[in-house]
Amino acid sequence: MSGITDERRLFGRLRTAALVAVVLTCHAPMTVRGQDASAVEPIRHVASRVVKIFGAGGLQGLSDFGSGFLISADGHIATVWSHVLDAEFVTVVLDDGRRFEGKLVGAEPALDVAVLKIDGENLPYFELTDAVPASLGSRVLAFSNMFEVANGDEPVSVQHGVLSARINMSARRGAFESRYDGPIYVVDAITNNPGAAGGVLTTRDGRLLGMLGKELRDARTGTWLNYALPIEVLRTPITQIVTGDFSKKETDPDNVPKRLNRYAPRDFGLVMIPDVVARTPPYVDRIPADGPAAGKIQPGDLIIFVGDTLVSSVRVLNEEIGKLESGGNVRLVVRRGNELVTVELPIPRKN
Amino acid sequence: MRTPRGLTVSRWAGLACLVLVAVGRPAVAVDDAVLEAERARIATIEKVAPSVVAIFSSKGGGGGSGVLISPDGYALSNYHVTSACGEFMKCGLNDGKLYDAVIVGIDPTGDVALIKMLGRDDFPVATLGDSDQLKQGDWVYVMGNPFLLATDFAPTVTYGIVSGVHRYQYPAGTILEYTDCIQTDASINPGNSGGPLFNSAGELVGINGRGSFEKRGRVNVGAGYAISINQIKHFLDHLKSGRIVDHATLGATVRTDRLSRAVVVDSILPQSEAFRRGLREGDEIVSFAGRPIGSVNQFKNILGIYPDGWTVPLVYRREEQKTEIYVRLRPLHHQSELAETQGPKVPDPRQPPHPGPDGGPQPPPAEAAKDDLDADLKKLHEGRPGYANYYFNRQHQSRLEEGLKEFAGWSGRRGTWKFSGATDANQTFRVLLAEQSVGMWLDDKPYLQPLDAVDWLDEPPGTGGLLVAFQQFKWLVSEGPEAFTEFAYFGSEPLDGRGPLVDVLLTERGTLGARWYFRQSDGALIGYDSSLLADQDECRIRFVETVAFSGLRFPATFSVSSGDKQLGVFKVQQVEPPAK
Repeated sequence: MSGITDERRLFGRLRTAALVAVVLTCHAPMTVRGQDASAVEPIRHVASRVVKIFGAGGLQGLSDFGSGFLISADGHIATVWSHVLDAEFVTVVLDDGRRFEGKLVGAEPALDVAVLKIDGENLPYFELTDAVPASLGSRVLAFSNMFEVANGDEPVSVQHGVLSARINMSARRGAFESRYDGPIYVVDAITNNPGAAGGVLTTRDGRLLGMLGKELRDARTGTWLNYALPIEVLRTPITQIVTGDFSKKETDPDNVPKRLNRYAPRDFGLVMIPDVVARTPPYVDRIPADGPAAGKIQPGDLIIFVGDTLVSSVRVLNEEIGKLESGGNVRLVVRRGNELVTVELPIPRKN
Repeated sequence: MRTPRGLTVSRWAGLACLVLVAVGRPAVAVDDAVLEAERARIATIEKVAPSVVAIFSSKGGGGGSGVLISPDGYALSNYHVTSACGEFMKCGLNDGKLYDAVIVGIDPTGDVALIKMLGRDDFPVATLGDSDQLKQGDWVYVMGNPFLLATDFAPTVTYGIVSGVHRYQYPAGTILEYTDCIQTDASINPGNSGGPLFNSAGELVGINGRGSFEKRGRVNVGAGYAISINQIKHFLDHLKSGRIVDHATLGATVRTDRLSRAVVVDSILPQSEAFRRGLREGDEIVSFAGRPIGSVNQFKNILGIYPDGWTVPLVYRREEQKTEIYVRLRPLHHQSELAETQGPKVPDPRQPPHPGPDGGPQPPPAEAAKDDLDADLKKLHEGRPGYANYYFNRQHQSRLEEGLKEFAGWSGRRGTWKFSGATDANQTFRVLLAEQSVGMWLDDKPYLQPLDAVDWLDEPPGTGGLLVAFQQFKWLVSEGPEAFTEFAYFGSEPLDGRGPLVDVLLTERGTLGARWYFRQSDGALIGYDSSLLADQDECRIRFVETVAFSGLRFPATFSVSSGDKQLGVFKVQQVEPPAK
């Protein structure tokens, strides 16, 4: 009698396990129901890990609210380093309405990232090591307290979009004035609104991709940039702030990671014009007659593509050429007069 | 050797071939589920697009969007769209045709307007959905006429997700307030105002009307707001009444307690019904209209979806003791405040309906100002203070008067009425409705209400003026509308806050007021509330049964209550009507 019951129970458990497996692995069946699956469940998951932050500001168009996300069960919160945190204390409100006083643990101004701590336990949080990179064209979700729409026990706003680009922030005077000039994710949704900075960008199934950055506007075109800082970039500094261990600080001159510079334009017989301004256009200055580019590229050509990468400056050209792997050919597209000319150059073997 | 130009041309030719190949046969196999989802989207859009309205001012200039909700032409839009258009407007559908439309009712606080399109009784309509079922992440369609782009009136479709539900948007400069609204990242731009928000099944779940704009100019920045259709359902009959409808206040304000974070009563008006039912400063609001209260915004959200006059339940806690009360909500504004909103005078600082000089082609040429309108059309609008269009109120008055036909035999019988019987507490009663006064004997104890006096009495005491209530019924069935200084259809409300929706006829005679309740299914009068003065507990009469006494129908059994007291069920055994 009890044997049968146990067997049934076991069978029941197996069935439940199978069901769970199906639900976890197959997002496709959800899409077959006529409409694409809505992201209701992942959204609940993420929204419980994103917080509303209220602090300094409220004057001269500076908002006194922002966003952040929990990164530990006992209440560490990653957010953007901004004037909002420049208060005696800031208030952190979870999606269920619980309010905490947030204390600043530390900040890495070069990355515009800061960490707050609230007195909590068993809080839902993002494991930074679980953050994933995403490929272009992926569908993404953005979560933030933009425009302070959410208050009290309301979850923050969620938006959907597509990952449009992963590029380096071209931060400089006259364009996007930001201290940060590392890689960013650019999205096609209007994610970077007042109060959105410190929110998260996730995959459509709710996995962490990046932190929404501060509002940035191109000074010339007036366009706003909708972007997020990848978690890979933030993971180490955030961990260092949380642990207080800065020994591996990347800006430490002794620990600067070796730049990948396997090749230089000269290896391909290209002499570029001197890199004198922030964004020197990559014009070819000279072609040594005995070099590999002789007869293929001419002085005055503007190099537009290295492989599939658009090179907007001599600096980017140097970086892209530096990354090439030994062997095979590299395809360059140059503008000559009004034409686009494609050439292939062999990549010299190196040890 | 090819010339450079030839090279260029051949490269383009090659590219063209590639494009052709790509079109002819997809290089990448597309998942069937994706194609199926696309087909479903297209089918949904085709299904609902005919109900989407492009609204233009007949004077030229402004415009917006709307959505049809009944085959005889009722359509919803934003108040801030129609207020710029005046009493008559032009409405285009995706069949390419332009229809005349007239304003019916407006809700300036909730930013909703009801219009009636004319010329057909088979307009394509949207199905009303249940906006409380929406969740963050659900797919939604926004349709309408952003930037007044559609010269053929085919609506623009934008697609997005629900970014948030039950959002509260503070009033900004005007009395407009978006409560319990739906936030979406589907593009909402100027011109989309008044247009529909559909869920993935193509059901109408909201009316788009607002965006967060701030410093980025008045275009979509990924945060648009729609008024929930569930809120509009509460107001729909009010809007059909042709009135300028009002939202409500509890007569009390709330705040979050600093320590407990509970939502507590901050201040309360002594003349409010909530006060009379026992609510006091410092009481914790546990639930309101059946929804739990966790924040001040939640309270405002819930309050904002109810019309003035509705009765809703409220649970409060004092010293661990929970109490449930039912309170009738008071009007949020003075009539004069709302009257100011009439006509095209109120600018909306956030989203004026004018899309601006680069906002696309101008709407169809100005047909005519009202003076040049067709005479038949002009008949469909009547101005009157407190009303967007009194014409529609008169239609409903006639409809409700049909429900009084049951008592038609009493018409003109202004002489002395006598009726008597016993209550469920075995008290005997005799009532005399004479021309000079009303008298009642309850177990031989007499009560009197003179009719030549200006003082209306709460007789018997604590009943809210039962004698006056009897007299009001006499006025209604013997004299009709002429007996009252005000006689108007008000809208609908759930009877006593918990019953089915009933139509409400509002009457006034001096300071006396009455709300008469008609069953929506058959139009029968089923009871009324009679009040001596505003802000006093009224006398509530509910008919249990009507019986014919020598050919004249009379409410033979009725219950009487006032405030939170049940005063008894009266059974009439004898009725003596006067001669006609």
